[in-house]
Amino acid sequence: MATKQSHRLARWMMAPSVFVLLIWMIVPLALTIWFAFQRYRLTNPNIKGFAGFANFEFFVTDPAFWPAIINTLLIVVGVLVITVGLGILLALMLDQPIWGQGIVRILMISPFFVMPPVAAVVWKHELMNPTWGVFAAISRFFGQEPVNWLGSFPLLSIIVMVAWQWLPFATLILLTAMQSLSEEQKEAAEMDGANLFRRFWYIILPHLARAITVVILIQTIYLLGVYAEIQITTGGGPGFASTNLPFLIYNTGVLGGNIGAGAAGGLVAVVLANIVAIFLMRAVGRNLDA
Amino acid sequence: MGSITLEHVNKSFGGHQVIPDVSLEIEDGEFVVFVGPSGCGKSTLLRLIAGLEDTTSGAIKLDGVDVTDKGPAHRGLAMVFQSYALYPHMTVRQNIAFPLKMANIDKAIADQKVADAARVLNLTDYLDRKPRALSGGQRQRVAIGRAIVRQPKAFLFDEPLSNLDAALRVNMRIEITELHQQLKTTMVYVTHDQVEAMTMADRIVVLNAGRVEQFGTPLELYKSPANRFVAGFIGSPKMNFLEGAAAGKYQAEAIGVRPEHVRISRDAGEWQGKVGVAEHLGSDTFLHVHVDGVGLQTVRTGGENDYHPGEQVWLSPEPGRIYRFDRAGQALR
Repeated sequence: MATKQSHRLARWMMAPSVFVLLIWMIVPLALTIWFAFQRYRLTNPNIKGFAGFANFEFFVTDPAFWPAIINTLLIVVGVLVITVGLGILLALMLDQPIWGQGIVRILMISPFFVMPPVAAVVWKHELMNPTWGVFAAISRFFGQEPVNWLGSFPLLSIIVMVAWQWLPFATLILLTAMQSLSEEQKEAAEMDGANLFRRFWYIILPHLARAITVVILIQTIYLLGVYAEIQITTGGGPGFASTNLPFLIYNTGVLGGNIGAGAAGGLVAVVLANIVAIFLMRAVGRNLDA
Repeated sequence: MGSITLEHVNKSFGGHQVIPDVSLEIEDGEFVVFVGPSGCGKSTLLRLIAGLEDTTSGAIKLDGVDVTDKGPAHRGLAMVFQSYALYPHMTVRQNIAFPLKMANIDKAIADQKVADAARVLNLTDYLDRKPRALSGGQRQRVAIGRAIVRQPKAFLFDEPLSNLDAALRVNMRIEITELHQQLKTTMVYVTHDQVEAMTMADRIVVLNAGRVEQFGTPLELYKSPANRFVAGFIGSPKMNFLEGAAAGKYQAEAIGVRPEHVRISRDAGEWQGKVGVAEHLGSDTFLHVHVDGVGLQTVRTGGENDYHPGEQVWLSPEPGRIYRFDRAGQALR
């Protein structure tokens, strides 16, 4: 890619995909902005016309609004803490030469291939159900009262579910990063008198910094939009206990039939995502510099 | 103090024996070089001393104390790796201070030691840089700095110069030798380069397939090699070997003559041949001569000569400079 000729060629070759991506992004965004300022009810075609900021006001003053924002952030932070923490531990374990390593790794990755709604159904009915779920059986085995996970700890249950799905991703990225650490560096630290814990803290963890950053950034993008698990398990309840922003938008726009307010909520979500992005890049972005 | 004793050390990797049985006595303050072709087990032997590999059997003693079952951290040795193995996320200062920090040494004392090491190694101006902003030679010096701050019983070097370019290698060779003269600490140095071995060592261990072929001073190895392997490995260019009738004349299975001990003449001599390639180094010229019925022989001659490729010449060995070997390759004396 050195000559002017190849630069121009590259630009032309990329043009179609850039164009398609732009359309894909701009059209929905433009429509959302348009609807956000329109009166648009699915239940009543007679209400129409320019709405000003009424839709925004409606959405932001919804009693579920602040709980939804907080829940959204709690899901992101909770899942990140669990996946990065357990991911590092699992990667450390999978990095050891063990018998049947290949099969263990495939088993480890498999939750990632289960679609979110399927995973949610399995967790809701097979694991967390207080009557016939596996967790209830375990509780009874130890003579404890079964816990109604989705009823008593709805947000925690959802965080656990989503973390289960994202753990393989984090583990995989962290494992490959761990394998790229030179053996001689670990040996040098050993010669320098660093014990197991200090080797992890001073050598392995700094080496993983970039991989951890990648995991955090990519997961955050997806975690801001968790929806399927909530829809299938708790329906956002009890009350607003497990309603996050995407779910509130769905509630407002589709269930409530208020497309205008839903679109306004969508724009609020865009703003929230950007605030989170700026915060993240400030906090961990420098790890990406070579 | 830092004497290292190996007693019948044996190492196998999953049934494959790398080191059959090695016994060595390295004295305190000595500079010992392990030299041998790649795969001869010299690095493995060094790693056994370091404690980075477990011995299959045998004992390793430091200052007479058995350390065979101790981990690398508890042997009090320091190692310089081929890749330098610097910690990329730490500055030069943090790299050098790392072993002190691990030993929980007081910050003020550690700073002083780091400053001292940096001064000795000319790294004072680079203390706040990261390793990636340093040249190969500077990285090498940081690795050495990290080793010396702890004042170890002995230094272990694993091919430390093989990633440097030729000119820098010569410099670092001298720097390490000078460092040894200053510190007077035992050093064990692994290399495949016999020139490094000859120039740096007090004593050399020549290894072949995990066996110690000979252990002696550089000149001992040069003057009286114990066998054909050592004779061929030590000295540059390699010793010429002649077999068959040419050797039979000297009552040996094979004889060896170093290129610097062959005389060349246009008129008369012991073996007749034709000049092949001439390598002109300026100070010396290496002539490769195809000797009839014997094969290719190397001759070292003076820098300026006019032997041309294709010319008929006569070669004769200097009397008293002929090495004789028996059928098993052992030297006959």
